[in-house]
Amino acid sequence: MLAFTLRRAVQAIGVMFAVGIIAFSMFRFAGDPVNQIVSIDTSAAERAIVRKSLGLDDPVPVQFVRYFADAAQFKFGVSYQFRQPVSALLSERMPATLELAICATVFAMVFGILMGVYSALKRDTVLAKLFQAVSLIGISLPTFLIGILLIYLFAVTLGWLPSFGRGEVVKLGWWTTGLLTLSGLKALIMPSITLGLFQMTLIMRLVRAEMLEVLRTDYIRFARARGLTTRAIHFGHALKNTLIPVITVAGLQFGSVIAFSIITETVFQWPGMGLLFVQAVQNVDIPIMAAYLLMVSLIFVTINLVVDILYTVVDPRLRATVGRAT
Amino acid sequence: MTEPVLSVRNLQVEFASRRGTLRAIDDVSFDIAKGEVLGVVGESGAGKSVTGLAVIGLIDPPGRIAGGEIRLAGMRIDNLPPEDMRRVRGKRIGMIFQDPLTSLNPLYKVGDQIVETIRTHLNLSESAARRRAIDLLAEVGIPAPEKRIDGYPHEFSGGMRQRVVIALAICAEPELIIADEPTTALDVSVQAQIISLIKRLGRDHGTAVMLVTHDMGVIAETSDRVAVMYAGRVAEIGPVQDVVKNPLHPYAKGLMGAIPTLAGEDKRLVQIPGSMPRLSAIPRGCSFNPRCAFAFDRCRVERPEPLPRGAQSVACHLYDTMPAESAA
Repeated sequence: MLAFTLRRAVQAIGVMFAVGIIAFSMFRFAGDPVNQIVSIDTSAAERAIVRKSLGLDDPVPVQFVRYFADAAQFKFGVSYQFRQPVSALLSERMPATLELAICATVFAMVFGILMGVYSALKRDTVLAKLFQAVSLIGISLPTFLIGILLIYLFAVTLGWLPSFGRGEVVKLGWWTTGLLTLSGLKALIMPSITLGLFQMTLIMRLVRAEMLEVLRTDYIRFARARGLTTRAIHFGHALKNTLIPVITVAGLQFGSVIAFSIITETVFQWPGMGLLFVQAVQNVDIPIMAAYLLMVSLIFVTINLVVDILYTVVDPRLRATVGRAT
Repeated sequence: MTEPVLSVRNLQVEFASRRGTLRAIDDVSFDIAKGEVLGVVGESGAGKSVTGLAVIGLIDPPGRIAGGEIRLAGMRIDNLPPEDMRRVRGKRIGMIFQDPLTSLNPLYKVGDQIVETIRTHLNLSESAARRRAIDLLAEVGIPAPEKRIDGYPHEFSGGMRQRVVIALAICAEPELIIADEPTTALDVSVQAQIISLIKRLGRDHGTAVMLVTHDMGVIAETSDRVAVMYAGRVAEIGPVQDVVKNPLHPYAKGLMGAIPTLAGEDKRLVQIPGSMPRLSAIPRGCSFNPRCAFAFDRCRVERPEPLPRGAQSVACHLYDTMPAESAA
């Protein structure tokens, strides 16, 4: 088990290295960074000084090693547009994005699993068919449209919820949270739903399909022949067997939720990393873009690792094969 | 005579399909006494398994019990509300399925599955149920049960898993065990062990056993009585020696004749010509008539009813010496 985890960790480091190369090469190929910083009438001598101060006159391999060593310590250089360290900018925005992503995922998991189980068990009821229809809408409507529709309905027409921002936040050390204030919670609702709706419908459809599959298996029939209660069969035996694919999808989707919160954050002007990234793209702020790329890959790689480990927690058969393989 | 543990009378099971209603079980009647093993034999699709599922109340829609009665120790169980029937399953009727590899939930320890079943039916504490589970595993012949109880199903071999399945079926001391092809998926050497285990358990606990199989060898070895099923009906039922040595129904004769012997190695294997009709196309009269060498006119129009014949009972016009009118 430990060997398995270590091997996966080494693979993860390999992936991060490859991403690092791509992030670094952005500096080389997306124009001359000095031009982004200085104004047009800066003299060549001054340019050279800026170039030297940023270490851009060193040989490429040296720059690469330095970039990598810095990145490993979460130093990503200085943002061209804000003139602040990128790591400070990111860590300031990260709580907002993570909080949103976690709320969206929890929303997606809870409602996705509940609706999925319901529509598998009561396949022919009106409500189950309604869920199916709604899930089709959730899968096919683009995120920004859902966000705008929600804003129109709940913020503009009904005036129940704020249309943008995070509301009041409380500082806990370097972390800021909106979960502890009423306005913060209210501000979270619509972005979470907007961001989580696609994952929710995905999980719901997955749970439904898996559940129907599992309910046909022999061990469910045998569990019924043993006279177990319907409750125990459905929620103890059947649901647990549907969880493996759900964990996979929910885990991988969590990465996408963070990475693609860009749209939701833009629609709701959510002060997170996604919004920062969009602004960085507009201003060709390469240090932020590169750092964002690294961050998102780190999150993806970590999630993959966690999902792999979670499998073995749920399914004892994998524990055995994993143990044997190592 | 004491009341039979299981009494099935004129059972009918139907499946609604797009092309009309199919009758999978038609007018099946039999009894099983305490401690008795009834073998149910027949080709695939003859309705053996469906009969077993009907008794334990696990016929799923679109199937349904369309008629007849099932009584367990005198109590009618075919029309019980679902929750009451659930209490009967596992507690008073235990069931063993064909494939032990897929009968156990792969994600739970076998011990947890046994404890769960015990605690569903008996009012025992967690630790008492666990002790009972260890005893049960020992009883079905699993070595070192106190260790194996914490194993997962994939850590057991096929034969061992079938023993676990049997332990699960008997964990609440049921009056009746339905074993649906319990040995079909196992190695021949393991088959004999499982068969003798079922037989021993039936004897030790006075449990009635309904053994569904298509293996005449298994029936001959285990059963007290045997029912031969064909196209959803009982063709012949009687003590196992009589039916094996002196089958009456032409189909039973064919079935017994088709058992290969070790002695005659030069002979071609005997087979019954033709195949069993599909449920949607059961012939008029006796359902066996198109394949029967002795069929005469009456077989093609009138359905034979079971006739007592010594200890046996046979549904065949050959044994009905009286004309149909006066027999009624």
